[in-house]
Amino acid sequence: MMEIGLTHYLVLSTILFAIGLVGVMRRKNLLLLFFATEILLNAVNVAFAAISHYYGDMTGQMFAFFVIAIAASEVAVGLGLLIVWYKRHGSIDLDALATMKG
Amino acid sequence: MFEAIAFYLFAFLTIAMFFITVTTSQALYALTALAAGMIFISAFFFILGADFLGAVQIIVYTGAVMALYAFGMMFFDTTRDVKEKKGNKYIIVGLSTLAAILVVVIVAVPMVSQNVVALYPAIDGVGNTQEVGLVLFTKYLVPFEVAAIMLLVAMIAGIVLAGKKMDLSITLMNDAAIEEEKNKKVLS
Repeated sequence: MMEIGLTHYLVLSTILFAIGLVGVMRRKNLLLLFFATEILLNAVNVAFAAISHYYGDMTGQMFAFFVIAIAASEVAVGLGLLIVWYKRHGSIDLDALATMKG
Repeated sequence: MFEAIAFYLFAFLTIAMFFITVTTSQALYALTALAAGMIFISAFFFILGADFLGAVQIIVYTGAVMALYAFGMMFFDTTRDVKEKKGNKYIIVGLSTLAAILVVVIVAVPMVSQNVVALYPAIDGVGNTQEVGLVLFTKYLVPFEVAAIMLLVAMIAGIVLAGKKMDLSITLMNDAAIEEEKNKKVLS
């Protein structure tokens, strides 16, 4: 077994970010699209914590805290908008949102 | 040795859980897998010595965010299968290219910039939570307060958006009253 270095964590973060990107690309349901964005934010958080640990710097962890705060408020506002949209149209598919299509 | 075992175990589990989240056609499976993945992510924070961040990850993500999603899913029709987009060739090609470039950049950047200097070096003999407090309440005090205001704004926005017509209960209304409400909503 080799020693776990910064590169290991960054590669893991990349894999998770790629999974999140795949989710954003292929999902049609807006709720599951939100799940994919959560995966993206978490992948970035892992990279921040790893860099913070390997460079002995606290800034990475601080940034991860702010990312978590932003994710929490994004969920609150996004879910509220989603509920309003569902009450009005009865569906949360992305296709139903294409009302501004020319 | 143990660090390596833990890293590979949790890496496998996290990737598997997030893969399920992205690929499953059941919204409930996606929610459960996402919650499990969040817990496994916090294991990395504990391995990396960021104890406070790991605790916050569990409390905020699996405690608050997942509960909010579970609550929000009660409003939606989640029992039916989720429809997927038809595969678009350009999107797949673009996505794989983007992911490949991302891998190269992420692996190459720390090797290129070796002269990174720690602005807020870790202090010896002090726990992680104390370090976080020291940095957060000195250098990052203003962003911290702004984040607090942002969370307040988000809370009010959530209440205002989701709380409309909460006083009406569909189960207690008869069919005629529900139809009337529907027509009112369409007209307004």
